[in-house]
Amino acid sequence: MSKPLVTILGKTVRNVAKLRGGGSALPGLVVEKIDPNFIKNTLASLPLGVVVISGTNGKTTTTKMVVELLEGQGLKVFTNKTGSNFTRGVAAALLGEIDMKGRLHADVAVLELDEAHAVHFVNKIPPKYSLILNVMRDQLDRFGEIDHTANLLRQIANATTIKVVLNREDARVAAIAKSLDNDKVSFFGLDDSLLKTFPSDDDLHNNNSKSHNNIKADVTLSKFDGESATFLINEENITTNLKLTGIYNVFNAAAALALVRAMIGDILNQNKLVKSLSNVTPAFGRGEKLILKGQPLELVLVKNPSGFRLGLKSFDPSKYATMIAINDNYADGRDMSWLWDVDFSSLKEIGVSEVSGVRAYDMALRLQYDEVLIDHVETNLKKALNNFIKNNPNKPKRIYCTYTAMLAIRRSLNKITHVEVIR
Amino acid sequence: MKDKTITILHLYPNDMNIYGDYGNVLTVKRRLEWNGFKAKVINYNQGDIFPNDVDIVIGGGGQDSGQGKIQKDLLQIGPKLRGLADNGTPMLVICGLYQLFGKFFKTFDNQIIEGIKLFDIETFAKPERLIGNIIVHSEEFGDIIGYENHSGQTFLGHKVSALGRVRLGAGNNTTDISEGARYKNVIGSYLHGSLLPKNPNIADYLIENAILNKYDKFSKKDIDDNYAELARNTAAKRPR
Repeated sequence: MSKPLVTILGKTVRNVAKLRGGGSALPGLVVEKIDPNFIKNTLASLPLGVVVISGTNGKTTTTKMVVELLEGQGLKVFTNKTGSNFTRGVAAALLGEIDMKGRLHADVAVLELDEAHAVHFVNKIPPKYSLILNVMRDQLDRFGEIDHTANLLRQIANATTIKVVLNREDARVAAIAKSLDNDKVSFFGLDDSLLKTFPSDDDLHNNNSKSHNNIKADVTLSKFDGESATFLINEENITTNLKLTGIYNVFNAAAALALVRAMIGDILNQNKLVKSLSNVTPAFGRGEKLILKGQPLELVLVKNPSGFRLGLKSFDPSKYATMIAINDNYADGRDMSWLWDVDFSSLKEIGVSEVSGVRAYDMALRLQYDEVLIDHVETNLKKALNNFIKNNPNKPKRIYCTYTAMLAIRRSLNKITHVEVIR
Repeated sequence: MKDKTITILHLYPNDMNIYGDYGNVLTVKRRLEWNGFKAKVINYNQGDIFPNDVDIVIGGGGQDSGQGKIQKDLLQIGPKLRGLADNGTPMLVICGLYQLFGKFFKTFDNQIIEGIKLFDIETFAKPERLIGNIIVHSEEFGDIIGYENHSGQTFLGHKVSALGRVRLGAGNNTTDISEGARYKNVIGSYLHGSLLPKNPNIADYLIENAILNKYDKFSKKDIDDNYAELARNTAAKRPR
């Protein structure tokens, strides 16, 4: 079938799917079935090629940052914004952007891909650049073992043609450099003074965060005080205010900076880069702030022990009412064991107002063993959200939630009141 | 009255700590405290000096690489662990350490990783990964609820009994319906979850035996296990 015809067909399916409300990957699936080379052919024409961002935590926010940093440099960027980070999702996103002749008007494609799907993707379409953020325990019922996941990430690095950007502080990610030529690798890292804030999964039950500063990092996060951050780039300290909350988001900003530097090189406009960075806001549900009845409400997505630990560390619980919502649907991971790898004692002082989700009682049980007091447990998310809002009228609120719990909470929030999203 | 102390030995927390097995240590620690005892947790990692006074031993699962790292050290302390077991010290070992408490683990490329032979069990690496919610029934503990995630399959010899029989899930292997192993007061199992929080009667079994070994008598205090009960009910209804 000719390319314009495939394009028209795909776009039609996309419009129909949109009318029916939802299904961001469906049109992509249709197009992939008709023309398996659709993505490859469309992306092959881009001057800066394809950039793949992968890892366990922070893909969505980092991808958003990279896109905004590149746009700040004047580039036109294609990305899979919908967060449907499968090949099909990429095809679906492409359909929305190409013209009727099947041309994509962009300089570069920046794609967020899940570890396992990224491997399939890079086998078909080798990226010019890739960024590997971290490898942590995440929904292990899907991938099996963390060492196996690290191996998937290695395959992405090996398929990359120009430059691979790696996390110096994650031992499994940094080790990927050993199988690559030196000039193909660049690192982002943390100053030693911040290491204790980022225990890796291996250091979960000890305090052995090790310094890796014998390896030179292209961008280092050297200081963070809640609002402004200092990055060491090229021996020069650059300080900027940020709209990002949570130190893990700020560390990912170092990753985004290192990637953009690797891509643009000498012609990079540093002033514009810092300006774009200071304007980046967190992605959907990643420390996102809403206003509800005059009070801020923060949604913090928690998917795995390291993400949950970092979330608890990043956000001060005092003055806030806290709710935790834990589901165990396929997208959340069925295994509840991970809750026992998170230390909740920071919530001991103020307690938790509401615990909800399918596995609310697993969460309540976990809090009981950290001797954290709970006001309510309500498995029904809608009821729990109502309780939470009703019981904490004049307080800022924070909800830690798994992926499908977050989707349900957003649906309920939209019904309860007009929800303004702070941009 | 002087504080009564129970010492928990946590085996290899640096390398054998996946899938929340730390929850087992925390559960025993808290329940001891709630019963009015002092709980002392000793983290034992490879190369450490094996402590003299140990009342309970707990160990968890690990990556294959973690298992490789600790195996030599484990073989060295094996006689001490066997001695404790023969004297009635209660122990709980999950997944990776359960396998290494057995005779051997045979890897996919036919390498034999020797275990400490505390359990008369043999484990073989298989291509299929056994993953999902699991319910096991035991005469002693009733329904045991947890989550399994392993590719090693374990077969029991004549000198051990099973912890229970599988009602939902795979358990020791895909051939018979056994799950886990028992030898004296030692329990081996594939169940994460963590196992003890949602199965508080097993935690109390370990605690009671440890206290009776050391202080000869124990009057159990009431602990509110309502959340555990409700979490068990939910878990039992979830898809595999």
